[in-house]
Amino acid sequence: MPDSDTLAYADRPADSVGLVTPHIAKFDTPLSLACGKVLPEYELIYETYGTLNAERTNAVLICHALSGHHHAAGYHHADDRKPGWWDAHIGPGKSIDTNRFFVVSLNNLGGCHGSTGPVSHNPETGRQWGPDFPMVTVRDWVASQARLADYLGIERWAAAVGGSLGGMQVLQWTITYPERVANAVVIAATPRLSAQNIAFNEVARQAIRSDPEFFDGWYADYDTVPRRGLKLARMVGHITYLSEDAMGSKFGRDLRSNDLNFGFDVEFQVESYLRYQGDTFSTAFDANTYLLMTKALDYFDPAAAQAGDLASALAPAQCPFLIVSFTTDWRFPPSRSRELVDALTRAGKPVSYANIDSPHGHDAFLLPEPRYQALFSAFMGRVAHELNIQATGSEEAK
Amino acid sequence: MRADLELIYDWVPQGTHVLDLACGDGALLERLAQEKSVTGYGLEIDPAGITQCVARGVNVIEHNLDDGLGSFCDNSYDQVIMTQALQALRRPDKMLDEMLRVAEEGIITFPNFAYWRHRVHLGLRGYMPVSKSLPHAWYDTPNIHLSTFNDFEHLCREKGLVIVDRAVGVGDHRGHWTSKWWPNLFGEIAIFRVRRR
Repeated sequence: MPDSDTLAYADRPADSVGLVTPHIAKFDTPLSLACGKVLPEYELIYETYGTLNAERTNAVLICHALSGHHHAAGYHHADDRKPGWWDAHIGPGKSIDTNRFFVVSLNNLGGCHGSTGPVSHNPETGRQWGPDFPMVTVRDWVASQARLADYLGIERWAAAVGGSLGGMQVLQWTITYPERVANAVVIAATPRLSAQNIAFNEVARQAIRSDPEFFDGWYADYDTVPRRGLKLARMVGHITYLSEDAMGSKFGRDLRSNDLNFGFDVEFQVESYLRYQGDTFSTAFDANTYLLMTKALDYFDPAAAQAGDLASALAPAQCPFLIVSFTTDWRFPPSRSRELVDALTRAGKPVSYANIDSPHGHDAFLLPEPRYQALFSAFMGRVAHELNIQATGSEEAK
Repeated sequence: MRADLELIYDWVPQGTHVLDLACGDGALLERLAQEKSVTGYGLEIDPAGITQCVARGVNVIEHNLDDGLGSFCDNSYDQVIMTQALQALRRPDKMLDEMLRVAEEGIITFPNFAYWRHRVHLGLRGYMPVSKSLPHAWYDTPNIHLSTFNDFEHLCREKGLVIVDRAVGVGDHRGHWTSKWWPNLFGEIAIFRVRRR
């Protein structure tokens, strides 16, 4: 996740969900995956914000992006330096208003933040799953999320919401379980990756796989991690998250010191920034998970089953959609969101679309921006109105 | 609702599938959906309008009309409505073609430049008209293709379009008898319903 202007717990504003504790849901019904393998049992870690109403009609699902996780809002500890990754948009009075909605945010299967994934124990072999963890797809994630909904007693989400890869999961929800999604919010997403998107992912994967410390994914057995590979993968990825303008205005050609040193150490500020991002990520994220998540991105293509016709692929969807893109996003540019919008209008589905002017590139979906917030709030307000969801009172009462 | 929207409301049949170009805050589409079960989408470029549409539950798509309607298929709507936007387009004539490609019928409203008050402004006082329907100064107006009631009829004839209905709005009221007889002189807002032959 990018570094946004966030606030430590002690300085948190009144519209924070405050301290939150993750929960774990265990599932022992085997899950058949798209790759043909079966997960006999698994766990999903999740957080909730707000209160589920008696009718169970106010639940909102948050689907996370490539390197995201369940901790979307609030703080785990009083001394946390930063809140959850989507704290700008989840909280009392925010776009996803926790005074109205019961928000569920999970870590996807294959993740490395507490849900069953490559770093988990494989009951069959008695060691870590590692590279043996089966390839999971967006469809598999959605199937596992539906089981989490069952577990929480939620028959239908008031809204499924996600940015980037999260938006793809929301799309899949409307196709696989149309009767279980009352509204869909798809932000900075795409109906399928372009060749260029896949190419960037492949560079990231090769960076990891060619690290001598990767050991074909069995690095845990050697008590090491492919740190350099992960760092490179993140550096490449990070370039695609920012716009040229954002990078230019943030760093320009600024040097770390006043003079050129005619060497290969860090000279430009942008180099320093990228290395820092890569370093931080390489100690916080699992390499096998990163490989899995990028493959899930590459494989996502709901139109493929309909001979490339996205409108037919979306035919099962029953809910209103809000599609949002950002002007300077070149990873999943506005034209890709527009493809989605055009398919939805061709299929006669209710859809609204806005292309938000932002200098922040793909990362804009994570950040606060007045127009984005006004639009998002308006849509969620409409969701509450249509489903007759009342405010459940302030979070202080909890 | 604006006077021209009131009139358009009557021209949209029950259950129609419409595309509303430059739908503004979505007031027309909202009423049509609630009272006439009309479905469809509004296209808008103004961020505030888009947010208002979303708040109302009106389907709105951010779209620049100067980009044409290429993303909409032939005959995919019953009616295409365009209120008070014709005069701000780069090529109003091409948009008219596009509207009647996407739907069989189009409803168009625009400020009538030959309205008597506008004539007084220009003809007697020698200034570019500024009025309720043309509120901008000459240097910052988005209205780059001003036309008259007669001009539009002429364009329709040239394109071989059928004018199903025409009306004018004056101020907040529908046309007075004077505007009915001499629309080009007494109509402040021109309202046309056209079909392809």
